[in-house]
Amino acid sequence: MLRLEARPEPSRAMVLLTPIIAVVATMIAGGILFAILGNNPFTAIRIIFWDPLFNDMVASYTRPQLLVKATPLILMAIGLSFGFRANVWNIGAEGQFIMGAVVGGGTALALYPLESALVFPLIIIMGGLGGFLWAMIPAILKIRFNANEILVSLMLVYVAAQFLAAMVTGPMKSPVGMGFPVSRNFNEYQSAFNAELLSNTGLHFGVLVMMGVVIVGYIFLTRHIFGFQIRVSGQSARASKFAGVNPHTTVALCLGISGALAGLAGLFEVTGPAGKLSTNFPLGYGFTAIIVAFLGRLHPVGILLAGLLMALTYIGGELAQFQMSIPAAAIQVFQGMLLFFLLGVDILVNFRLRWASTKEAR
Amino acid sequence: MNLIKTLLAGAAVATGLAGAAFAEEKLKVGFIYIGPPGDMGWTYEHDQGRKAIVEALGDKVETTYVENVPESADSERVMTQMALSGHKLIFATSFNYMDHVMNVAKKFPDVKFEHATGFKRADNVSTYSARFYEGRAVIGHIAGHMTKTNTIGYIASYPIPEVIRGINSAYLAAKAVNPEVKFKVVWAYTWFDPGKEADAANALIEQGADVIMQHTDSTAPMSEMKKHEGIIGFGQASDMGQFAPNPRVSSIIDNWAPYYVERTQAMLDGTWESTDTWHGIKEGMVEIGEMTEAIPAEVRASAQELADKLASGEVHAFTGPINKQDGSAWLAEGETADDGTLAGMSFYVEGIEAEIPN
Amino acid sequence: MDLSSISPVTLIVSLMAASTPILLAALGELIVEKSGVLNLGVEGMMIIGAVCGFIAAVTTGSPWLGFLFGAICGAAVSMIFAVLTQYLMANQVATGLGLTMFGLGLASLLGHSYTGINPPLFSQIHIPVLSDLPVVGRIVFGHDPMIYFSLALTFAIWYFLTRTRGGLVLRAVGESHDAAHALGYKVIRIRMLAIAFGGACAGLGGAYLSLVRVPQWAEGMTAGAGWIALAIVVFASWKPGRAIIGAYLFGGVTVLQLNLQAAGLAISPAYLSMTPYLATIIVLVIMASDKKRQSLNAPASLGKTFFAST
Repeated sequence: MLRLEARPEPSRAMVLLTPIIAVVATMIAGGILFAILGNNPFTAIRIIFWDPLFNDMVASYTRPQLLVKATPLILMAIGLSFGFRANVWNIGAEGQFIMGAVVGGGTALALYPLESALVFPLIIIMGGLGGFLWAMIPAILKIRFNANEILVSLMLVYVAAQFLAAMVTGPMKSPVGMGFPVSRNFNEYQSAFNAELLSNTGLHFGVLVMMGVVIVGYIFLTRHIFGFQIRVSGQSARASKFAGVNPHTTVALCLGISGALAGLAGLFEVTGPAGKLSTNFPLGYGFTAIIVAFLGRLHPVGILLAGLLMALTYIGGELAQFQMSIPAAAIQVFQGMLLFFLLGVDILVNFRLRWASTKEAR
Repeated sequence: MNLIKTLLAGAAVATGLAGAAFAEEKLKVGFIYIGPPGDMGWTYEHDQGRKAIVEALGDKVETTYVENVPESADSERVMTQMALSGHKLIFATSFNYMDHVMNVAKKFPDVKFEHATGFKRADNVSTYSARFYEGRAVIGHIAGHMTKTNTIGYIASYPIPEVIRGINSAYLAAKAVNPEVKFKVVWAYTWFDPGKEADAANALIEQGADVIMQHTDSTAPMSEMKKHEGIIGFGQASDMGQFAPNPRVSSIIDNWAPYYVERTQAMLDGTWESTDTWHGIKEGMVEIGEMTEAIPAEVRASAQELADKLASGEVHAFTGPINKQDGSAWLAEGETADDGTLAGMSFYVEGIEAEIPN
Repeated sequence: MDLSSISPVTLIVSLMAASTPILLAALGELIVEKSGVLNLGVEGMMIIGAVCGFIAAVTTGSPWLGFLFGAICGAAVSMIFAVLTQYLMANQVATGLGLTMFGLGLASLLGHSYTGINPPLFSQIHIPVLSDLPVVGRIVFGHDPMIYFSLALTFAIWYFLTRTRGGLVLRAVGESHDAAHALGYKVIRIRMLAIAFGGACAGLGGAYLSLVRVPQWAEGMTAGAGWIALAIVVFASWKPGRAIIGAYLFGGVTVLQLNLQAAGLAISPAYLSMTPYLATIIVLVIMASDKKRQSLNAPASLGKTFFAST
């Protein structure tokens, strides 16, 4: 009978090997799914994983688009990963993402049509602040009243979405939008527009910030006292007390950082790729980011790769939809499978499979 | 930067040639949908239009679609991918795709775009929409006759001109046949949330409404009406015929098929031009679904007459004298509303006792 | 505005129907969390229950079989979560979120050809005389059988948790899996059962949505109900009785805000739509600030992975 045996230390080889095993397993299971639906599984897999990167018709466009799609996911996931390591569960990044966009974007709309080089830095700060303050609500309620932050932050997602709806049907509604609940388009406002830095690459300022955050996050986590503190807090309350870590500070810091990064992600998204505030602005990036954080094993470099992989399945999925008429739902199931396999095979990092007699297993 | 542009253009040319050689110059037509074709409402009807193209033009075209495309950068990316992979005509079937359509259109001058319900156009971007308010007038007429409590409930989505126009049009037509009629409006702030729509229908019924109109896309309000005695309603966007003859007594159907076939044919003929289309009952873009036996014969006849007159242009849904809600004059006796005012309508007409949220 | 047009009786009747799907899902999740497992996939299991229940009811013509099949499928899909988190020790938060994504997609695939169909009617029970009593008749005797079932289930879960040995074992496992393991309890097996039960309840809630409340199948029809169910568990501080209060309060505020609008209250619907969530946060804070009680009820091992090293 098979049994699990704890490895004395995590296997380095498996850290690298498991994602490959998972992707291959997903290709097989997904291929079966596509075959059942009546599509050629090999073509489908090729379109999803290969074409966005190497197809000469679309890849020159889709390669940079991977970064664009992945940027908000990675930014948020890195922020969340600190909290998750410290057992601070911010499930409401989606709400902080929305509030960053509303506060930062709203500031820009208020300043319109003032053209100044200071506008963009200002709205970036306001965006981060919006997300930060929204995340401070669960932080303060947790510290002061011991209210569960998973729930408060989750409830605040819905509040933020309704607040956004109130804003775009009211004060932030575009005066030139024919009465539709949409804000002014940011590409009409040069000072606030998060433009492409190189044309036809999709690369915008947020992508650069994201890359910076990956590097800073890596340094924080591995070289800085803060990284040590959150890891200690995550292990046990007693241990962190001995290490002189104030649990309240940890809660505030973890929620604050993840909130601010989510706010930034929202701001870059609304002033750039999305282009405007509308009731359809929230797309669930905040929830997908949680998945990305875990797929990346809560490590900045892992998160970077996980975010890109996630983006690849989105973009490849779109290609598969219109080239092969595979329904969107099948792509969603496929993404779910990928996630399950990645999470499932992770066990091989810390454990090894051993054949053992039934007696021994007892 | 220029290098990238050149590469992009080169790739486009190369693949365009290759594509042509393989596909025997089939015209590739792409659709992006805001929801799934199975929503039995808005997207369902657009997909029916797509199927009509295939039926009418057969081998000369190849249609593709992507469903559930959010009105975000995602839509821009999907359209760009379509353009890069050889689509020459792209239908974007939701309002908020607008700026993304414009962005992509700028990059691909050779690809033609058709944007539903929008108002921004370019040399290669047309817009089209339907005069749904004409249909609202017809069902408003029926509602005015049918209500016994003189209370008509209205499930609205978002306070946008199209929805406000519909409420006004239905109200005026109902009031014309029943001066006692009152409208109660619930804003659901969603286009599609079956649970919430059912709750909204229920709330309206509880408060005395016996005729329910909806400007949201699910069939949940119909199911809710079915649970109560003597409540009637109207299909929205698609026929919702599975609820006939009661509670669904008629419907407003968006019929995009003739327009889609016509525009695709124009592409094949090389006569496509940027246009702004706003079609109504006359052109068949708005259809009134079958009126069931639940409606008395004379009301069916008068409703049909109204529909015919709207089609012939003899009657306009907004004909003066009409005051705005605050009592100020809008249209003088015999004056009809111009399309510009209708397109941006953001006020209620006199007599509606509700407020537009903002 | 005319508030007198809102009838408290009809309001109560409709809020009970509106709350039942989330109550059922919340009761299931309560048992899961009492066993020390946090399954964030409620939304995914609910929608699987909604589509499978709908398909079964339409195919067989019996809503009862629909409920049964919805519950079975909810439990079946929860087993993905169970195997990943219990045997392969995957992170519960991520796996739960993944289950939601997977469930939403799979449900759309399964329900593809079932849109626009009416399910068989599931009628309210009508007891002569009693159901016709003024006020009481409609509130107490005028519902469909599933509402009574949800109330009975609440009581049964309360009884199970507080009065039976099984409940004691379940709580012990949720409190400290290592201690429970040392006492000889099969931690993983108990948790697998709890997760399956949670999946069945969520599936049942979903089936109620597609067979009674809406009643239709539509993609994404759960529209966040699963997340609310999760909130209600904590809101109820893991007590079944309070889960009823939480679910009805939430359903009540939702129904009330639509009624207020219909009565002509001129506040932006967006602000009104926030109220159920804000109310939940406020009650949460009030309950949580009573630190002693909160800590007594919260399962100490919630969300932690168990590995039997011996």
